[in-house]
Amino acid sequence: MNAIGTGCPVISGLGVVSPNGIGTVEQWKATLSQESGIAPLPKEIAGNSGLRIGGIVRDFDDRKFVPDRLRVQTDRWTWLCLAATQFCLDDAEVDLAGSDPDLFSVMTSSSTGGNVFGQRELQSLWANGPATVSAFQSIAWFYAATAGQLSIHYGFKGRCGVTVADGAGGLAAAAAALRLLNREPDQRVLLAGGEAPFSPYGMVCHQKRKDLSRSSSLGSVYRPFATNGTGGVIGEGATTLLLETPHSARARNAPTVYAELAAVACTHDAHHQTDPPPTPAALCAAITMSLHRAGVLAENVDLILTDANGAPAWDQLEITALRQVFGHRLGQIPIAVPKTLTGRLNSGAALLDLAWAAQAVYHDVIPPSAPGCAVRRPGLDVVVEPRFEARLSTVLVIARGVGGFNAAAVLRSTKQVYR
Amino acid sequence: MTRRTAITGIGVVAPGGPSRERFWKRVLDGDPAVREISSFDASAYRSRVAAECDFAPASFDIDAETARRNDRFVLMALAAATEAMADSALVLNELDPYLVGVSLGTAVGASLKLEREYVAVSDAGRKWTVDGERAGDDLYSALVPSSAAAELATAFGAQGPVMTVSTGCTSGIDSLGLAHELILSGEANVVIAGASDAPITPITVASFDAIRATTPLNSPVASASRPFDATRQGFVLGEGAAVLILEELESALGRNIGVYCEITGFAGRANAFHMTGLKADGAEMSKAIGVVLGQAKIEPKQIGYISAHGSGTKQNDRHETAAFKSALGSDAYCIPISSIKPVVGHSLGAIGSIEMAACALAIRDGIVPPTANLRVKDPECDLDYVPLTAREHAVEHALSVGSGFGGFQSAMVLSAVPGGRK
Repeated sequence: MNAIGTGCPVISGLGVVSPNGIGTVEQWKATLSQESGIAPLPKEIAGNSGLRIGGIVRDFDDRKFVPDRLRVQTDRWTWLCLAATQFCLDDAEVDLAGSDPDLFSVMTSSSTGGNVFGQRELQSLWANGPATVSAFQSIAWFYAATAGQLSIHYGFKGRCGVTVADGAGGLAAAAAALRLLNREPDQRVLLAGGEAPFSPYGMVCHQKRKDLSRSSSLGSVYRPFATNGTGGVIGEGATTLLLETPHSARARNAPTVYAELAAVACTHDAHHQTDPPPTPAALCAAITMSLHRAGVLAENVDLILTDANGAPAWDQLEITALRQVFGHRLGQIPIAVPKTLTGRLNSGAALLDLAWAAQAVYHDVIPPSAPGCAVRRPGLDVVVEPRFEARLSTVLVIARGVGGFNAAAVLRSTKQVYR
Repeated sequence: MTRRTAITGIGVVAPGGPSRERFWKRVLDGDPAVREISSFDASAYRSRVAAECDFAPASFDIDAETARRNDRFVLMALAAATEAMADSALVLNELDPYLVGVSLGTAVGASLKLEREYVAVSDAGRKWTVDGERAGDDLYSALVPSSAAAELATAFGAQGPVMTVSTGCTSGIDSLGLAHELILSGEANVVIAGASDAPITPITVASFDAIRATTPLNSPVASASRPFDATRQGFVLGEGAAVLILEELESALGRNIGVYCEITGFAGRANAFHMTGLKADGAEMSKAIGVVLGQAKIEPKQIGYISAHGSGTKQNDRHETAAFKSALGSDAYCIPISSIKPVVGHSLGAIGSIEMAACALAIRDGIVPPTANLRVKDPECDLDYVPLTAREHAVEHALSVGSGFGGFQSAMVLSAVPGGRK
């Protein structure tokens, strides 16, 4: 049996539901076409939070993905993850009926739980009394709800894990999945993360964040690395990846092996819940550790998907970290910020970036930024439009989260050995 | 060389015992710290009792600004971590900060603060489009439970892998399991690990009322929680935190501080059956137990103590008993098993770590805590549940299990270390 890549776990399935596309292929096409899902928030959602624009999944027909019985028990956050997982399983052509359910694990990244469901039941309680609270509140709102529902819906009986590290949570979950596969290599891991933040109370919870934009102009609301940037935009959506060992992928004749997940490293600023640290030392450490664990030299990185916060202080920290790691060569490495098309998906953000990175490596195409959002800045090659002539073998993905979380992941091409 | 995980420090904030040793004494005494809910008027609720902590942040040297900014579950975690760190005698600034991690479990996070703020911005539920001008400055930190792990990391200067683990009622075992795997993989040499929850709030009490998971036995309060007893009718909500300092074993032994024990097995399985229902056969919990015994390389008869999930619901205690029989065979009848939940309540995500602390202390002291309130035998629960009175019993290996909404089943084995704390 031929090896795939270096023996690291591989990404063999992708499923995406995002503001700029529903479905794995559709979302990738929309990304390459620079279709944006950033839009004004309805007034009844935004209220007086001051946040006016978000990444909204439009035309999502939850009935297509969630049985009626399950829909009443769950929040939109879970619906988005169920849909992304169905796309992933379809993409990976997993034979569920012929597979051992004990060998499928679910690892999710979670962050704000079931916002709409939770607010509705809080309102029932306080407006109408405790007897009016739904029997499903205890299973719909909490942070593990989606992991449990994914496991039950598909009959997966391996491990269930839920990791929370704000915007870096997706990579923290990916790291947990790598550890699991190291200890139990016969497992296949559905790695999922999503977010549905748009309830009135959810928006109020975000309103005091200093890193979010208050702009009402679609053209200027989220412009990472702009010195006059106004901050980021939150978005909704979900991504699921299938992660398995190369042996497992080969054994089931996986139709597509996008890339191998060579390494993940997580660090923390240990500085402040909301303020940026004085230096990007911990972010630097995450990047260098991920490269070291992957056995990759900085000079061999072909593409970086940055965290791209959008608030100048945070962006400057990321640029400084990248300069420290890559030196003068940084200007020669393309930097992709496709999340300008979707907004920042909190616990779903890093997994969407992993999905884009996997597609990029597989198709040798660098995804673009939203029209007008990419900033030309000396020493940075921020990709504006898709680049089809790329030859990508190693991609770095960076993620950060409010509270001081940093993470970096290295993806490597497997196509030379697998195709 | 294979890396191993030692426990070198323990801190506990629990009902009736705001420190490790006071908690342990209360548990060994089988003295329930359950009372009528005092934090809000619960007279309209079905279940009106809870195991509350008399917790004052200032008495743990938590400053007023930190106390103002954070939810109660974060503050209890900070207090438990401070005690655990002192117990471990670690000098953190002598360590590589990037090899020090945090893994903190919670099921419902800052639900106390989230609900209090909701009441303010919604005019007590009258408005759907709420008024942001009435919101506090730190509300985002309440929304995301990762803020608790961040707070611990900042307090102790941990700059390695830091995260919150939120798998409902198995969070407290799973957070320790994740920390254990961080040490095995070499990503961390020290992990501040544990869990915390402060769920005694109107919305959480109402949620469990709605599915009749909590007990309606409101009087007498001391016997409200009755795991494995034939008259049990549900669990009693609790709150609290436990934090354990996990350390690479060889390095810990080199410090000559006396380790409590080591983690020798961790596994999780999902029943893929129902969000709240459990199959009577306990098959997936049994599988998780089988995996951890294999990792620990021990036979069932070597287990000296099992800390049961023992929530006191009809279905859980039946399910768990079946799982023990399935995984351990006839040896299941010979192993002392108990639930400490009648004493400290079911603190959702926190309880798994609190129970692991009890396991470590059982290994240290050679004593098995009792199942308080177990007076009437249930023919379906026919194992040795150590009723009412603690039992002196040498424990080389302790098994703890947890079961949670979502169908999650987790198991962990702790094993004595030669020369460990006595």
